[in-house]
Amino acid sequence: MALVLNEEQNMLKESAQGFLSEHAPVAQLRQLRDERSELGYDKATWQQMVELGWTGVLVPEAHGGLAFGHVGMGQVMEENGRTLTASPLLSTAVLAASAINTAGSEAQKKALLPAIVDGSLLLAVALDEGPKYRPALVSTTATASGSGYVLNGEKQFVCDGHIADKIIVSARTSGDAGDEQGISLFIIDSATPGVEIERVYLADSRNSSMLRLKNVELGADALLGEKNKGASLITYLANIANVHLSAELLGMSQEVFERTVQYMKERSQYGALIGSYQGLQHRAAHMFSEIELAKSVVIKALQALDNNDPQLSLLASVCKAKVSEVVTLVTNEGVQLHGGIGMTDELDIGFFMKRARVAEQQFGDRRYHVQRFASLQNY
Amino acid sequence: MSDLEQFRAQTREWLDANCPPSQRLPVMEFDDKCWGGTKWRFVNEEQKIWLDVMAERGWTAPDWPAEYGGGGLNKEECKILREEMYRIDARPPLFSMGLSMIGPALLQYGSEELKRQHIPNIVKGKIWWCQGYSEPNFGSDLAGLQTRCEDKDDHFLVNGQKVWTSYAERADWMFCLVRTDPDAVKHAGISLVLFDMTTPGVSTSPIKLISGNSPFCETFLDNVRVEKDQLVGNINQGWELASYLLTHERAMIGNMGHTAASEKSLHQHAIDVAGGLENGQLADTALRTEIAQWEIDILAFELTQERIDDETKAGTGTGATSSMLKYAGTELNKQRFELLTDIHGQAGLAWEGEAFDNGLLASQWLRTKGNTIEGGTSEIQLNIISKRILGLGQKG
Repeated sequence: MALVLNEEQNMLKESAQGFLSEHAPVAQLRQLRDERSELGYDKATWQQMVELGWTGVLVPEAHGGLAFGHVGMGQVMEENGRTLTASPLLSTAVLAASAINTAGSEAQKKALLPAIVDGSLLLAVALDEGPKYRPALVSTTATASGSGYVLNGEKQFVCDGHIADKIIVSARTSGDAGDEQGISLFIIDSATPGVEIERVYLADSRNSSMLRLKNVELGADALLGEKNKGASLITYLANIANVHLSAELLGMSQEVFERTVQYMKERSQYGALIGSYQGLQHRAAHMFSEIELAKSVVIKALQALDNNDPQLSLLASVCKAKVSEVVTLVTNEGVQLHGGIGMTDELDIGFFMKRARVAEQQFGDRRYHVQRFASLQNY
Repeated sequence: MSDLEQFRAQTREWLDANCPPSQRLPVMEFDDKCWGGTKWRFVNEEQKIWLDVMAERGWTAPDWPAEYGGGGLNKEECKILREEMYRIDARPPLFSMGLSMIGPALLQYGSEELKRQHIPNIVKGKIWWCQGYSEPNFGSDLAGLQTRCEDKDDHFLVNGQKVWTSYAERADWMFCLVRTDPDAVKHAGISLVLFDMTTPGVSTSPIKLISGNSPFCETFLDNVRVEKDQLVGNINQGWELASYLLTHERAMIGNMGHTAASEKSLHQHAIDVAGGLENGQLADTALRTEIAQWEIDILAFELTQERIDDETKAGTGTGATSSMLKYAGTELNKQRFELLTDIHGQAGLAWEGEAFDNGLLASQWLRTKGNTIEGGTSEIQLNIISKRILGLGQKG
């Protein structure tokens, strides 16, 4: 399959770029942060995203979606990276929509997918129980009780947890923390008694939270997918998350790079534009080369999602590892090449660096994926 | 049946009937690739037959015009020919700088007489061409070259020295950059001329590298007479032609980063000789991480070659990416051999002896150091990216 966008994917990318740069530029995130916005995203912008159809890109037509695929969604994510637009897009329209569409019962799909598409339902996905991504380290328990389950435990760093109507949670139905097997996924209504959500503020000014579950009683129909066999669904969701986070990080890399090169053409020192100095030119040219490499792994991995490529896990790890390396380089160089002004809150560059580091950590950082790549190749 | 389907069927039938068995085997040694020329010694009769029958149809240069002996095939037909040759593992019948470099330049810039004189011989593999570019004092700053070419009314007289001429000792003709106007701005006073390597005053001397013997030579030009009709393009147009040729060369060298599918992976080397596996992981965990990082990078590089190729085909390419590929590909190839020699420890540094493949790995490792120098250094590629793609450079 050619590593290029088709016409429709290009149109989606262009419309996302036009909409976001006009209606949700970095200034919007800055304002949300400065106002300590309760929601952490702009409701009107979200409503427009819904109207643009973005919540239905990954949902089948039978459930009201557009079934447009991951390559298309990846373009939207990449453009979101360029503007740092805060929204529940990743948690609701990418991860929860994929989880329900992949593992949900017909009843769950019917009840939830159309509500995701029309924007009336927000979801979060709660897998982590510590600051690093270790999906098998699940201590939260789901104990059989009557026809249903009782959940107890604590999930950490739940993206969009405090605004979600429902949360998809991993819990242990057998075995011990660290076991690959014995994990199940549940869909919990946030209003269920015993559910406590505490908002957490991270450097990126995006939504995060801690989730405490105290004797939360759920019916049997809360189970998502097969009991004890959540591991493969989690792996699939993590692949999706890592590829789309990479698309977002690629958008950020390109934006920071372009802003930095532009600055090199405007800033003079010693009577010459700093972009005329070879010491800086070579650093810019090296970043250009690295970003070209990042573009290729992202489009390849997005296509792998759409094609159910047997190499998906490998390509997702290649993608997250390479793009994380590139965005770390570009954001660090972005600040350095801007000099003193790069250290100020007034300049947007810092927002990109902060968002990049959080997104790199989510679902496994560069080192995690380098190790996973080796393991998948049996060495 | 469409014309193309018919072409495919006929091509398949003809290749099956005409490609000798030995020319369908993998290339193992240098001589397995036929470079042609008057001094070429065919490894067997079949290598000569394969060259002759392919050249007869112009299929050594399938997309060149038939009037000069080329195949005259269009893009689709060329693709079909490539696919059909690939299908039976047929070797390309001829490799040469004639085909990859001076031929395309002649077709683009050469006079009618020059095309008629040289193109058919390139197609038939009769002449081995070498390249006279770098000089001892002008490597990266190629445009500063000082080999003098004086106009002596009925001929040119060339004096100077070239260096890094590959295979100068086996070559028949040289395409050579010379200074025709010493007073012009340096890029503006260069021309491209052609001459026979047996012309009086041409002498060569091999260069030994840190990796051992090499095909590179120094070429000395002492009052060499060059006929006036052997000027390619116009007088003082040489830099434009050189840039055209260098883009071709860069693409070839950058491609070195590409590992063949049949080649043993770095991690397999490590499993075999560097301590093996413990609990399914390389026992040397630091090495494991470095290998994985490199393998991720090379995958990213290969996907980038593929993407840029696809973008070019789709007409959406941004262009000027040959410098990026040359830079990234050659740096990765150097890293590959650093890791490979590390993996093999002192055995990877052996210089002689049957047990150590006569020092092949050490020699290959050292040779890769030249990858980021030849065809324009990494630093030159970064300059090109900065100036041509990023638009950096004006003093403001």
